[in-house]
Amino acid sequence: MRQYALKRIALIIPTVLLVSIIVFTVMRLLPGDPALVILSEGDASFTQEELEDLRRQLGTDRPIFIQYVDWIGGLVQGDLGTSIWRSGQPVSKLVGDRIFRTLELAVLAILIAVAFAVPLGVISAIKPDSMIDYLSRVITLVGISIPTFFAGLLVVLVLSRGFSWLPPLGYADLWDDPWKNIQQMFLPALALGFYDMAFIARVTRSSMMEIIREDYMRTARAKGLAERIVLVRHGLKNAVLPILTISGWQFGRLFGGTVIIESIFKVPGIGTLLIETVFQRDFPTIQAIIIVIAVSIVIINLLVDLLYGLLDPRIRYA
Amino acid sequence: MTTTNTGQGLAIGDADAQLLEMRPRQTQMQKLVSFARSKPLGAVSAIIILITIFAAAISYVVPAVLPHDPLDVRAHEEKYLAPQPGAWLGSDHLGRDELSRLIAGSQISIYVGLLSVGIGVTLGALIGILSAYIGGAIDLAIQRIVDAMMAFPPIILALGLVAVLGGSANNVIIALLVILLPGTIRVIRSQVLSIKELDYTLAATAIGAGSIRIMLRHILPNVLASYIVLGTITLGFAIIIEASLSFLGVGVPPDIPTWGGMLTRGTEEIRIAWWLAVFPGIAISVVVFAINFLGDALRDTLDPRLRGR
Repeated sequence: MRQYALKRIALIIPTVLLVSIIVFTVMRLLPGDPALVILSEGDASFTQEELEDLRRQLGTDRPIFIQYVDWIGGLVQGDLGTSIWRSGQPVSKLVGDRIFRTLELAVLAILIAVAFAVPLGVISAIKPDSMIDYLSRVITLVGISIPTFFAGLLVVLVLSRGFSWLPPLGYADLWDDPWKNIQQMFLPALALGFYDMAFIARVTRSSMMEIIREDYMRTARAKGLAERIVLVRHGLKNAVLPILTISGWQFGRLFGGTVIIESIFKVPGIGTLLIETVFQRDFPTIQAIIIVIAVSIVIINLLVDLLYGLLDPRIRYA
Repeated sequence: MTTTNTGQGLAIGDADAQLLEMRPRQTQMQKLVSFARSKPLGAVSAIIILITIFAAAISYVVPAVLPHDPLDVRAHEEKYLAPQPGAWLGSDHLGRDELSRLIAGSQISIYVGLLSVGIGVTLGALIGILSAYIGGAIDLAIQRIVDAMMAFPPIILALGLVAVLGGSANNVIIALLVILLPGTIRVIRSQVLSIKELDYTLAATAIGAGSIRIMLRHILPNVLASYIVLGTITLGFAIIIEASLSFLGVGVPPDIPTWGGMLTRGTEEIRIAWWLAVFPGIAISVVVFAINFLGDALRDTLDPRLRGR
């Protein structure tokens, strides 16, 4: 296991490096001159001096390779650069202040998704073509087809018009007012996790259906175990591997979804920060957010892989 | 030699003729009919997609077919008119006709979707074929870049790209190209890797066919099915990304009617005028739903190997 883990961890370094090169290239090379883009926004006129100043501030007056080395050097020390929009503020502080809320939203979403998806998928698999199976297949098919933002709107619409229930206004942090925070985060997490719920339920169903036909399930029944124990201890335990992998992947996807959900539900997370900075063309911050998200996803995928290896010894030796 | 073989040749020829007689070659039309019979939902989906493309095209070429000018704030005298005869989907906060805006909004979705998928999947397929066929260091390099690209959530990458390029329909297409390429390259490459080892490709190599000939005559036709299926499935994805960017207000400029942009306004007014959010949302969902269904049906019919992906 240790060798497998070390190999997987070593492999992450070139990936992260490549990710950083891609982010850097996209942000620096494509537009030509970010300083020019920022200054020529709107009808603002600017002098050559202002342009040079901004270039120096952005560091784009130096050769591209030096810029990259400088940036990556700061990155490994936790220095993400300085924001242009919130002039002078270190980006790491801006991101650090908000990333926790996004994480909370993503974790809550995946928890809600798994909590609904696994029972739905299991029931669907053990009673195929029943009413519940039929219903769950329709729900999951709708779930994977509805775009995240429409799911968010429907949640708001149904709860506000149908039940005249609205979450308390004004954002509260989990530490300050946990109850208010959960009330506020529940709806966005539900909307965010809807797709994942559908997806995980589908995976659970098909993986359970395969396992139900396995010999060891028949053996377990034959030796007189209660049906509940057969299903949970022998069935679900084996079905959990693909479910876990999918949930890990989905967690990465959730980071993308939070951008939209945060903007609908006005959650001050990293997603709303990204949109604000895109509007402000605050390149150092955009660059930092994208790299933080991409590296988080690489790390989450690594953790899922390691967990997978830990749970299923066959993976390690393959 | 020729005389001894003629008999055999004839015999085989007869058998072929018999076979041909027993199972006549299907015309394109018959193929379509049998597809519609075996996959009725796929066929309905195809019709929905064709209607949407047709509506987008006709309303672009002849704007007069729209009930009102989608930008005309005097289309209806009242603002926030609920859906009713004459204003079938109601009016928005400026008095513009929601139905006309919805039809006009399909133009951007279809334009961005078709163009980005057409270019992206074609380019991705070509790179995938080359990467697998050439192999070695080039393949390795391309695969590492593809791996790294997969670490970015699509919408995040799109936001970054649109931030540097600026918001316009064509820049959204460029951003979508960058997002669509890695996945396409990966799927096509894995297929080519197996086709490369099949007997007919080896036979072609053995009789001395050149690389380009093998790629064009032996590999390309065999990834065509995956290409069509990928194109269909990614179309839905592209439409959602475009709508998401417009929804966030960073994609296509807000003065052009888009489904995503209409939804943004609808979200703000959801408590006074539910129809402003619900209809564009339904439009996107139905079109994407239809595209996914058609993609599934095409996959089952054309390329069962892709199932479960």
